[in-house]
Amino acid sequence: MLNHLRPALILLIGFSLLTGAVYPLAVTGIAQLAAPEQAAGSLINVNGSVIGSALIGQPFVAEKYFHGRPSAAGTGYDAGASSGSNLGPTSAKLHGQIKERLVALQASNPGVAVPGELVYASASGLDPDVSPAAAAFQIPRVAKARGLSAEQLQTLIDQNTGHRALGFLGEPTVNVLLLNRALDAFKP
Amino acid sequence: MSANGWLQIAFYFIVLVLLTRPLGGFLFRVFEGQRTLLSPVLGPVERGFYRLAGVDAKQDQSWISYTGALLAFNACGFLLLYLILRLQNFLPLNPQDLAGVSPHLAFNTAVSFVTNTNWQSYGGETTLSYFSQIIGLTTQNFVSAATGIGVALALTRGLARRKASGIGNFWVDLTRAVLYVLLPLALLSALLLVALGVPQNFSAYTEATTLEGAKQIIAQGPVASQLAIKQLGSNGGGFFNVNSAHPFENPSALTNFIESLFLILIAAALTNTFGRMVKDERQGWALFGAMALLLAAGTAAIYAAESSPNPAIAPMGVEGPNLEGKETRFGVSQSAIWAAATTAASNGSVNTMHDSLNPLSGLVTMVNMQLGESIFGGVGAGLYGMLVYALLSVFIAGLMVGRTPEYLGKKIEAREMKFVMLAILCIPTVLLGFTAYASVSPTMLGGLNNAGPHGFSEILYAFTSAAGNNGSAFAGLTANAPLWNTLLGITMLVGRFAMIVPLLAVAGSLAAKNVIPPSPGTFPTNNGLFVGLLIAIVLIVGGLTFFPALALGPIVEHLAMLAGQTF
Repeated sequence: MLNHLRPALILLIGFSLLTGAVYPLAVTGIAQLAAPEQAAGSLINVNGSVIGSALIGQPFVAEKYFHGRPSAAGTGYDAGASSGSNLGPTSAKLHGQIKERLVALQASNPGVAVPGELVYASASGLDPDVSPAAAAFQIPRVAKARGLSAEQLQTLIDQNTGHRALGFLGEPTVNVLLLNRALDAFKP
Repeated sequence: MSANGWLQIAFYFIVLVLLTRPLGGFLFRVFEGQRTLLSPVLGPVERGFYRLAGVDAKQDQSWISYTGALLAFNACGFLLLYLILRLQNFLPLNPQDLAGVSPHLAFNTAVSFVTNTNWQSYGGETTLSYFSQIIGLTTQNFVSAATGIGVALALTRGLARRKASGIGNFWVDLTRAVLYVLLPLALLSALLLVALGVPQNFSAYTEATTLEGAKQIIAQGPVASQLAIKQLGSNGGGFFNVNSAHPFENPSALTNFIESLFLILIAAALTNTFGRMVKDERQGWALFGAMALLLAAGTAAIYAAESSPNPAIAPMGVEGPNLEGKETRFGVSQSAIWAAATTAASNGSVNTMHDSLNPLSGLVTMVNMQLGESIFGGVGAGLYGMLVYALLSVFIAGLMVGRTPEYLGKKIEAREMKFVMLAILCIPTVLLGFTAYASVSPTMLGGLNNAGPHGFSEILYAFTSAAGNNGSAFAGLTANAPLWNTLLGITMLVGRFAMIVPLLAVAGSLAAKNVIPPSPGTFPTNNGLFVGLLIAIVLIVGGLTFFPALALGPIVEHLAMLAGQTF
């Protein structure tokens, strides 16, 4: 064993420097030059202050905004402590949470089946998206709070719908933060 | 289920098949010491490392010497990582002033990353400094993967060589795997991922004021560099708590596809490298075929199970499948591909919270790991895992017809079979033993997040993941407690080294044998019959061992779910 100690230590130190320091620093350097916005976390600046990241969901509770998915990150959308609920399909707690969430949703749009994303918590607790159907489900509430027509809101949703990658990968999405910004710009 | 969903699954397998041969050929050239495109740049670095380390690259090692080198290197890696984690509060690059890691968590995490498991009892963004993440963890992501490749190469050389005393040189395998394979691939994919939205910085966490005026602290960090190697090296340890479900680790369906492909790519390519080393590529395709068929079956099963709505929740007026713990942008199909691939490939990164999967999907993920992580498996580890089953298959086939079993012209005799059985038996012993203990230990039961059969599944999944060196979790389990951390740490060590050491012994013993020319009585191992036998042996030996335990967890839970029962 002892004759292996020298190569073990030297190579460990060598690789720690090469793969642990040079490699991440090189990626950082190139990234900062070639794609500075992505490298900094796709932050959205408004008048010099950061209002969030285009990739990270935020909590929305006001009637006049579209809402994202239920979040289990901290007290909701804690982007310093990502987390899912980790509740299994037979969890009584999960079933209770879903019943609770359904009450408010069904009150604002009675008689319509609720899209799953609005009652099921996301994996990260930071999901920035909902499906186009889940956004459309919220039109009656937002229309009432803003005094806008359903058609106007549907157009905004369509304009903010991201399509499947390469036409078939993943799912169509609506980024809730970007949709709400578009909404504010359309009619504050 | 939708046609588009199946198309995504088919596309994944097609791309995987297409990339296996070219990358396998590149790996072959690297490990045979031939010149490649990268040699002019990396050759001097490689020779510099050897000179400093006092390594003679032409010197073959016996299996004992190879094993000694491997263990010495891994022991040093463990100690260094343990110290970095314990002392991170005294080290630089800690903008959030995170405290030093507790002894039991540091033990667990150091074992976890050295054994290529990357089980995480902690949440990255709340526990580890940037220094720990890069110098500590990223380094081990590279070298633990390279260690696995080394073992696979050594075993392959054992089969390919005649009357040889050596099985290669660990230092050379390690250095070449890092320099020529992992580092260039990681660099390219890290940059690609940054371009597609993954952050890469050393900033303090960003404070944002949301549209509704609330404060939101957004965790940052050198995410892309660690993400790239955690996928390629089948490590799987996330930068953030929720791993590749985090929008920063996996911003879109496109990054998701790339990451889910990378987590299996090198393991797939190594089957082709194996074929080339034994001078019959069809031998490699036979192993690949068995792996791909098992993975396809698992993926289809998870996709089907996840597409069906929860029968107790749908009647409340909820539309669509179980989306608890899934991200909108991936949907069910991309989530199913990842869940199957990451548990088969011993990667352990997740884009979906496995704890919230429907019971039958949870069952498939556990079976994938319990089959000895041989369905592609870890980088290197999957190949030697499948070779164990291949040796067992020819042995059983030999017993059936009354001939001395051979594999690739090498006689498989009592000595090899003893080591093979040792490797196969060690893992269920710790896995099931510790699961049983945890199920009755009040201290350990305190860590559960779910009750009833799902609670038992959380325990079984944890020890399955640790024993298979996978690292994914039913993450509701709070494993950051002394007893959990210690027992899981021991399980990971057994899962890694109780495989590696016996297999290197097999490699040494096979290398010393002569090759018998094929005769009419030889059982060919490069055709469909062998693939079928191999799959049967994997399922019978790997699967039946764990069936009783699975019956208590996911199977009971599935029946309870159908009956509308909650816990």
